[in-house]
Amino acid sequence: MTAPQRTTIVASSALVFCMAASVFVLRRVDQIRPQATLDDVLYINSPKALKRASLGYNGLLADIYWTRAVQYFGGRHHNSATSYNLLAPLLEITTALDPHLLPAYQFGASFLAPAPPDGAGQPDRAIQLMEYGIQNNPTEWRLYYNLGFVYYMDVKNYAKAAQAFARGSEVPGAHPFLKILAAQMAQHAGEFDTARMLWTATYETSQDSLIRQNALEHLRALKVDEDVTNLQAAVTRFGQRTGRLPSGFSELIAAEGWRSVPVDPDGKPYRFTPEGRLLVQQPDDFPFVTKGLPPGYRPPVKFHDRH
Amino acid sequence: MNARIAYIASNTFREAVRDRVLYNLIAFALLLSGAAIFVGQISIEIEKLVVINLGLTAVSLFGVVIAIFIGIGLVSKEIEKRTLYTVLSRPVRRWEFIIGKFFGLAGTLVVNTFFMAIGVFGALFYVAHKFTRPDALILVALYFIVLQFLIICALALLFSSFSSPLLSAVFAFSLFVIGSFAEDLRGFAGMAHGLTRWLASGAAYLVPNFSAFNVISSIAHEQPVAAQLIFHNTLYALFYAAMALSGAVLIFEHRNLK
Repeated sequence: MTAPQRTTIVASSALVFCMAASVFVLRRVDQIRPQATLDDVLYINSPKALKRASLGYNGLLADIYWTRAVQYFGGRHHNSATSYNLLAPLLEITTALDPHLLPAYQFGASFLAPAPPDGAGQPDRAIQLMEYGIQNNPTEWRLYYNLGFVYYMDVKNYAKAAQAFARGSEVPGAHPFLKILAAQMAQHAGEFDTARMLWTATYETSQDSLIRQNALEHLRALKVDEDVTNLQAAVTRFGQRTGRLPSGFSELIAAEGWRSVPVDPDGKPYRFTPEGRLLVQQPDDFPFVTKGLPPGYRPPVKFHDRH
Repeated sequence: MNARIAYIASNTFREAVRDRVLYNLIAFALLLSGAAIFVGQISIEIEKLVVINLGLTAVSLFGVVIAIFIGIGLVSKEIEKRTLYTVLSRPVRRWEFIIGKFFGLAGTLVVNTFFMAIGVFGALFYVAHKFTRPDALILVALYFIVLQFLIICALALLFSSFSSPLLSAVFAFSLFVIGSFAEDLRGFAGMAHGLTRWLASGAAYLVPNFSAFNVISSIAHEQPVAAQLIFHNTLYALFYAAMALSGAVLIFEHRNLK
């Protein structure tokens, strides 16, 4: 074997060995060091300062900050955190750097508005974000829709929601359902119908598979909530008529003239307890239901974590 | 170390020390430490903090610039001046040339860091009027900075072994920037799925991880550094530098110098 050949073999072996060893050691370093870089550090918290510091590359920086915001929210949501202190500043920086980055408004508002642990519980900041988005993108009807959504779902201000949907419906090319939503809000239509329409609209207009799946889960949960409400009303009617609770589902079915046992969206019959409560059989299959849950029930894994 | 490597290393060191750019950069580092004192005087209660942060940052940044700008020319300059042929016509092997150059540059940087550290400690003494026990932690930060230099030297040499000085500088500086965000990169890779996750994680582990070496801020707040981290960072720097040097040796060994 010649000397250059020997050098090649030794250097190649050293290269492979050192590469493997450096990865191994780096993994150990990761275990030793506290994970702080992405979670709780906002290097510069002034959007204006950051925009100047970006030297004109604010588009790329906005993308990076949006990714950080998603990661921050995802990481804290995964850990069932109850505070999302950096989320609003991250979104504000993102949108200040690129005021036309629509996903930052649309998804950002859905991160900010819901109460913890599903969101940051900051509907006011979500509204501010959406208004800033509308100010910079007045022809995007989806932003008005998202604003109305926040007003309806999280602030419960139906007048403001109707106003937002009405403003959106005036934008050229806006989806026709905005007019219907505005009218429904103005008439104070039934909560289930309106919520169903909102989630259906979200499902139909989103291209993102996770958002669509999320909307679908909400629609399934709405069906359960509505069923349980109606069944519970039937139990109350039975009690008012007879002065006692029905002995079981069969008695309730006979009294109401139903043809079969009511079933949930998965086809499983609802449970009727001796205390007269209606419960869903598998609550884990409906992460967003608010009714028909066993007393003290806590969902083991959140919907988002399964994806 | 064999005598030939030692000879190339000492020559590289002598050449670097004679380089005027090197002196200018040291002067700049000392000037920055001086500026730290000025900033310290016009701020409230953070004089010492400013001196440590600014001083160590200056040591790190100037060292990185020195490492890149000298490292990238180590091989190409020898080829350009045709001195390489004289060296290789003697009983010097190509790998010995690369390793010697690396030790020469690393030695230069250690000496530079030593002088810059004197400047930082001098500024600290000027501001605080005394040294306290936690000030010794600055030595740990300086040690990590030197480890960082070893990796950058090896990378600069690797690029210098096959590319032009300009491109080598771009590659080395880009890797330095990417390496400073290596933890974020691994975080992003962790968010991906399937093949993308594997590829992104692989790339994230392949670039140098400089974020683990940056303890300047925590040391300025007198927070101790775990002995385990010192040990593992040392190992990491040695393995990574050895990996880059092996790559440089492999490329240079097969390079046609005619």
